[in-house]
Amino acid sequence: MRIGVPKETADGEKRVATVPDVVQKLIKLGFTVAVESGAGDAANFADDTYRAAGAEVLGTAAELWATSDIVFKVRAPSPAEVGLLREGGTLIGFIWPAQNPEALQQLAARKATVLAIDSLPRQLSRAQKMDALTSMAGISGYRAVIEAANAFGRFFNGQITAAGKIPPAKVFIAGAGVAGLAAIGTAANLGAIVRANDTRAEVADQVVSLGGEFVKVDYEEEGSGGGGYAKVMSEGFQAAQRAMYAQQAKDADIIITTALIPGKPAPKLITAEMVASMKPGSVIVDMAGEQGGNCELTVPGEAVVRHGVTIIGYTDLVSRLAKQSSTLYSTNLLRVTEELCKTKDGVIDVNMDDDAIRGLTVIKEGSVTWPPPPLKLPAPPPAKPAAAVPAAKKGHGHGAGAPMSVKGLAIVFGLGALAFGFVGLYAPASFLSHFTVFVLACFIGYMVIWNVTPALHTPLMSVTNAISSIIAIGALVQIAPPLDGSAADRPSGLILALAVLALALTAINMFGGFAVTRRMLAMFRK
Amino acid sequence: MSSGLATVAYIAATILFILSLGGLANPETARRGNLFGIIGMVIAVLATVLGPRVTPAGYAWIIGALLFGSVIGLYAAKKVQMTQMPELVAAMHSLVGLAACLVGFASYVDTSTVFPTAAEKTIHEVEIYIGILIGAVTFSGSVIAFGKLSGKIGGKPLLLPARHWLNLAGLLIVIWFGRVFLQAESIGDGMGPLLVMTVIALLFGVHMVMAIGGADMPVVVSMLNSYSGWAAAATGFMLSNDLLIVVGALVGSSGAILSYIMCRAMNRNFISVIAGGFGTGGGTPAAAGGAQPAGEVVAVSALETAELLREAKNVVIVPGYGMAVAQAQHTVFEITKHLREMGVNVRFGIHPVAGRMPGHMNVLLAEAKVPYDIVLELDEINDDFPDTDVAMVIGANDIVNPAAQDDPASPIAGMPVLEVWKARTSIVMKRSMASGYAGVDNPLFYKDNNRMLFGDAKKMLDEVLVALKA
Repeated sequence: MRIGVPKETADGEKRVATVPDVVQKLIKLGFTVAVESGAGDAANFADDTYRAAGAEVLGTAAELWATSDIVFKVRAPSPAEVGLLREGGTLIGFIWPAQNPEALQQLAARKATVLAIDSLPRQLSRAQKMDALTSMAGISGYRAVIEAANAFGRFFNGQITAAGKIPPAKVFIAGAGVAGLAAIGTAANLGAIVRANDTRAEVADQVVSLGGEFVKVDYEEEGSGGGGYAKVMSEGFQAAQRAMYAQQAKDADIIITTALIPGKPAPKLITAEMVASMKPGSVIVDMAGEQGGNCELTVPGEAVVRHGVTIIGYTDLVSRLAKQSSTLYSTNLLRVTEELCKTKDGVIDVNMDDDAIRGLTVIKEGSVTWPPPPLKLPAPPPAKPAAAVPAAKKGHGHGAGAPMSVKGLAIVFGLGALAFGFVGLYAPASFLSHFTVFVLACFIGYMVIWNVTPALHTPLMSVTNAISSIIAIGALVQIAPPLDGSAADRPSGLILALAVLALALTAINMFGGFAVTRRMLAMFRK
Repeated sequence: MSSGLATVAYIAATILFILSLGGLANPETARRGNLFGIIGMVIAVLATVLGPRVTPAGYAWIIGALLFGSVIGLYAAKKVQMTQMPELVAAMHSLVGLAACLVGFASYVDTSTVFPTAAEKTIHEVEIYIGILIGAVTFSGSVIAFGKLSGKIGGKPLLLPARHWLNLAGLLIVIWFGRVFLQAESIGDGMGPLLVMTVIALLFGVHMVMAIGGADMPVVVSMLNSYSGWAAAATGFMLSNDLLIVVGALVGSSGAILSYIMCRAMNRNFISVIAGGFGTGGGTPAAAGGAQPAGEVVAVSALETAELLREAKNVVIVPGYGMAVAQAQHTVFEITKHLREMGVNVRFGIHPVAGRMPGHMNVLLAEAKVPYDIVLELDEINDDFPDTDVAMVIGANDIVNPAAQDDPASPIAGMPVLEVWKARTSIVMKRSMASGYAGVDNPLFYKDNNRMLFGDAKKMLDEVLVALKA
């Protein structure tokens, strides 16, 4: 199948859905790849590098959309782009189905199959490699700190110089999700004092691990809303939170807000009064600009100065690091493609029984499949049963791989019961006690021998061989048994001869077997 | 020593034997395991000799027999070469089988044993009959196996016409004479059927092993190992001795499991191995006619081989029976040592049925002082071949045959193989283009990334070593 990568049409969007390195890997999976001319320009990937990687470069978007079976995009498609999509084609990219119901309907009308990378079930541990939201959030968190540093008139790190003492910048980060954590790490690395808060108490350790300090809200309530997002908190909590933010605003030089609640406008955490209470020259980076902003004074997409505080509401933080974000995003798409094309033959299979793919797929061949049914998963990340089975099979020794089928087992048990029943009916008691010992010994042997490492199979044979010369005991008891005279016609001479010969033979075995085993084992060394 | 004390001593010996086998789980504990076995054996023998069933009149005989056996046994153990281990093991199995027969006969003619009921007497006689049967099959089978392994008898399977019917007839005769034997009034009457059965059992053992091809020898050796155990167990029943029963069962199940592992490693059914007829040399290659490998065989010299090895980062050596025959393991180790000093990661890939008995290659490499932690099993190494620069196959064929995976019509289809063709370059050392024991042509030789180094493994490896050091 043919994968098409058009140039992004949204204003200010510099990313491209596939970079040349990934083109090569897609071709290895059996696909052909076409790229619209200039698609990678803004991210510093020239057409020539795409050609060198094996992609075809097409002149116009119309041509590209028309000839592609699968289209990789970054932003949700504009109505014009939806019109270009081939009937029955496949589209993979950010769709935001909750926010774009019309686009969803339009795509469904084209009988398209649409995979929304933003709808990935992020709680699946195996989905992490496909999680573009995480990779993009990490980039934006980094960029937010860089933007803040750019607008901030001082150093981040404290210094004592000949020209005087410079205090370190104080950075407060609201929301310690992926973006928040990336911002904490970046700011801490620049030398700032970093404090952070999140309604989910469990992230406190992560904040500390990145060099931040976790600021608690003085109120008891758990704010985890599933899927790694926060939920809307109670009135009482919000009041306590506002008080804490007001406190931090007075103290901090830089505030970075990342608070988002899925499907809802961003919570207004920073009020106009808080902005007014900040020191002149301070900076607020509002990463929730696209969803209305966490600060009352944010102008989405712009940097403005209010009450002497620079408020940055850029919505294109990721695009400002286009090369990095394109690389990560296209790798995420590559992982999705690998999941879709497990046979590596260049044909995708949208397998709706796969939890990850089921979540991603918002339209399947024209019928809207969004929202997906909730995943049946326990709270902790699930184990991977698929991986566990071969692992258990390998292990040491060989073990009987898969358990026997019920039918086979029934037959074995049936025959066993029959045989035992027969023995039990006819054999005398003295035989049965020996029989018990025999059967149990067979089982012990079975258990013990499976543990023997294959490298030692030859020593195993020679040692069992030596041990089997225990048959000497049989010969020993025949050589000169205490006779009570009841068997006068016992051919003692013949028995003695046979027994002595047998003993001599087993003695060869006994001494030879142990000696040669010893010799062999002495050779095994690390 | 009282009979109670003797019994307790037997229990101690039993535990020591189990620990001895358990110790073989890894090479570090294996040496101690062998020591446990020796101690167990000493305890068992002493407890018997000093116990209530042996009178001082026999001491001289016992000491004499033990001395005689120990001298021969220790001498053989000292002199045997590691490449001859399979022969030695087969020879020793034959001794156990013969001893079981002798003890059986001695027990039969012994009139001093008194049985309270007729049923117990019958059971005792059945035990004697079965014990001698197993012992005789073990004995003659092991003798033939020894002959085949040491090259005194040809490796090719001997297939008599209607051989399955012959075996069946033998079995029926054995059962018939078993009936006659049980009905015999006196010991003299019973001796006839017993001897006839013994002869048939001996013939059966010969026939069974003669029909099995050289490539299946690991299965035969481990199977005979198992039989020698069952023979000991049968003797135990005969003499009402639990120690013999336990040890016999341990050894018997050990051999049975080994046989099973070997069969699985060849993707063969145990029954079909025993029934023989595999590796017949003729016939089978024609079956693969449709998939005749195409391509050029590229031969290289020892010098070029050395060049390839020197430039490699990762080398996997796959030894086979050819290495054992040529006694090349020491040169292999020299090359390994040299390459490792140059920083090349050298490892060994061992197929479970490489060589002529289970674990044969491991013992040879251990003898040559190759550290065992770079000697890996099939499962452990197979995934690493794509990252391997050079895979060197020394005197192996069927275990590296890609036809086992690619060609469902191949006689070895489905057998697990070492995927050496996935390495960047594979080098196969062979004397000629002859096919392996399975008689199947090997498409590996015709692959683009394969090179052939023709000649005696030892001689060629010596040349490679010289070239490497140059």
